[in-house]
Amino acid sequence: MKKDILLLKGNEAIAEAAIRAGADAYFGYPITPQSEVLEYLMLEKPEERTGMVVLQAESELAAINMVFGAASAGRKVITSSSSPGVSLYQEGISYIAGAELPCVIVNIVRGGPGLGTIQPSQADYFQSTKGGGHGDYHLLVLAPASVQEMADFVKLGFELAFKYRNPVMILSDGLIGQIMEKVELFEQVDRATEFDQSWVTTGKTPDRERNIITSLNLQSVMQEKHNFKLQAKYKKMQSEVRFEEIECEDAEYLMVAYGSSARVCQKTVQLARDKGIKAGLLRPITLYPYPSGKLNEMADRVKGMLSVEMSAGQMVEDVRLAVNGKIPVEHYGRFGGMVHSPREVLEALEEKIVKK
Amino acid sequence: MKMEVQDISKQIIDPKNLVYDRSPLMTDNVLTYCPGCGHGVVHHLMAEVIDEMGIQSETIGVAPVGCSVLAYEFLDVDWLQAPHGRAPAVATGLKRIMPEKYIFTYQGDGDLAAIGTGETIHACNRGEHITIIFINNGIYGMTGGQMAPTTLPGMATSTSPYGRDVSTMGYPIKMTELVAQLPGTYYVTRQAVHKPGNVRKTKKAIQKAFENQKLKKGVSLVEVVSNCNNGWKMTPVKSNTWMEENMFPYYPLGDIKVDGELVK
Ligand SMILES: Cc1ncc(C[n+]2csc(CCOP(=O)(O)OP(=O)(O)O)c2C)c(N)n1
Repeated sequence: MKKDILLLKGNEAIAEAAIRAGADAYFGYPITPQSEVLEYLMLEKPEERTGMVVLQAESELAAINMVFGAASAGRKVITSSSSPGVSLYQEGISYIAGAELPCVIVNIVRGGPGLGTIQPSQADYFQSTKGGGHGDYHLLVLAPASVQEMADFVKLGFELAFKYRNPVMILSDGLIGQIMEKVELFEQVDRATEFDQSWVTTGKTPDRERNIITSLNLQSVMQEKHNFKLQAKYKKMQSEVRFEEIECEDAEYLMVAYGSSARVCQKTVQLARDKGIKAGLLRPITLYPYPSGKLNEMADRVKGMLSVEMSAGQMVEDVRLAVNGKIPVEHYGRFGGMVHSPREVLEALEEKIVKK
Repeated sequence: MKMEVQDISKQIIDPKNLVYDRSPLMTDNVLTYCPGCGHGVVHHLMAEVIDEMGIQSETIGVAPVGCSVLAYEFLDVDWLQAPHGRAPAVATGLKRIMPEKYIFTYQGDGDLAAIGTGETIHACNRGEHITIIFINNGIYGMTGGQMAPTTLPGMATSTSPYGRDVSTMGYPIKMTELVAQLPGTYYVTRQAVHKPGNVRKTKKAIQKAFENQKLKKGVSLVEVVSNCNNGWKMTPVKSNTWMEENMFPYYPLGDIKVDGELVK
C-alpha cells in the first residue's frame, strides 16, 4: 500500500493507520463516539490485507485482556474505546504496565462522569496521565489535534510502546474522532518488529528458559525492586516529550491546551493579536511525559498562563507544578460535552490573566 | 527369603520397569499447595500430558488468580498470569494471534464461575480452540475459605458461617453443564483426582482436551472436583470422604459433552 491522501474521520484514520502500521491485532467493544474504528476495520477485512486479527469482544474487560494475551506474544496490538469503556480497561492496563507489555490504547473521550454524554471532553486527563488503574505506573500519552495526527500517532505509538515495553495511550476526544479531514497516510509497514523478542510467551523452545509474564511479586522487596525499575524507565521516557509552539516567541500571555482545545485556542491567538494582545499557545503533544521544562522556561518570559481544557481543570495542576509559582496560572474551559468557542477563551484570557 | 526381597527391589529400581516417574516438565520449585490438595496432582498430570504429546515448545499456559496463581512456577512452559477471572480472554488473545499453538487456562471456581463468568461463557460461545482446566473445590482457597459460587447449600465458609442459605446467597452454579449447552464447546467433562483410578481418567481427559486443539472445533473444558482440606477445615482423608458424599452428588463425575455431542 503506497502513500495515500484520503478524506477520513479521525476514528477511521486510527483504523486505517492501524492496518498500515502493521498491527497484528485489534480487540474492542462498541461505544460512541469511537465505534467507527471497529466498523472500519471489519469492513476493510484486514485479515486479507495484512493478516491482522480483528475481534469484537464481549466487554471492555475482555477486550483489554485479549490485548494482554496477544501483546505477550510480542505482537503489535491496539484497542480503542471511550471513557466508560476505558474505566473498565483500568485493571487490565495496570497488569499490562506492571508486566511491561507494549500496546496502543486509544481513548476517544466523551463527557462524564458516569454514562455522561457522547460529546467530546478532556476530562480523562487525570486517569490517562497519572496511571489510571492501581499502583505506581505511567502510560506514555500522545494527544493528537488533527485527523493527520490520529493516523501518525498510531505508528509512533507502536514505536514508542516497543521501545519502552510500555503501553501507549492515544488520548483524543469525540471531536477529533468524528471530524473529517484530509489525511496523508503512510505506506504499509511490515507486521514484524525489529525490537527485542527475548521475553515473549510464544512457547518455550529448548534453547531458552521458559518465559513468564506476570505482574505478581509475593515478596515486597522484589516488588519494590520492580517498581524502581519501572520508575527508572519512566525517567528515561521523559526524553520523548513533544510539544508545539504557536506564536510563542514574543508572547506576553500564554495559553496551554492540547487536542481539540488547542485547535480552538489557535483561533483565540489570532483574535487576541487582532486586538493587540500578545497571546501565544503551547500545545503539549505528549501529556506524559509533560513539557514541564518548557513551561518553566516560558514562565520567565510571559506574564501569566491560562490552561484551556474541556474539563473542570485537570491539566492546570501540571501547568502550576511546572511554573512553580513564578507567575499566575488559571484554568478555563467548558466541560461535560461542551466545547468552548475561541471568543469565550479570549474573554477568559482577558478576564483571568491580562487584566490581573 | 532375604535374597528374594533384594531381587524384587532390584527389579523395581531397574529403569526399564519404571511405571511412574516425575515428569521432566515439573520444575524443582517447591509446590505451594497444601499437602492433600488436588491442585498438585492436576499439575503433574498436565506436565505428563504436555511432555508425552511433545508440545512443550508450542504450549502457553494462562494462570489465574487463586491458589494456582503461581502455577507458572511449577510447569516448565511459557506462562502468563491473568487478572482474576480474565484467563479465557487472555487465552483468546494468545490463540487468535498464534492459532497453531496450544493455549490453556488453569482456573479455580471463583475465577472461572464468579468474577470470570462472562469471559468463560463468551470464550466458550465463540468456540475458541483452547483448553480450560477448571478446579472446583467449592471454596475460595487462596483468600482463606470464603464462599464460592460453587459452595454447596448449607456449607459453612468464612463468609457463610451459618451455612450457605440459598434463599439469600443463591445456588451453587454448575458452570460445566451450563457451557456444555453452547455450540462453541466441543468436549466437556467432570473428573476427580482423589483416587488412582480417577487420576488415570483425569489424565486421559486432559490429554483429549489438548489433542482437540488440533481439530479447531471449539473449547475443551475439564472440570476437576477437588477437595480443599485447608479451606474445608478437615484432614485430607476426611475431606476426600466428604467430597465423595457431598460434592459428587451435586457435581456428578463423567463426560457431559464428547466430540461436540451432549452425552445422554
Ligand atoms: C479483582 C480481584 N478481586 C479479588 C481478588 C482476591 N482473590 C484472590 S484469589 C480469590 C478467590 C480464588 O478462589 P478460586 O478461584 O476458587 O481458587 P482457589 O484459590 O480456591 O484455588 C479472590 C477473591 C483479586 N485478586 N482480584
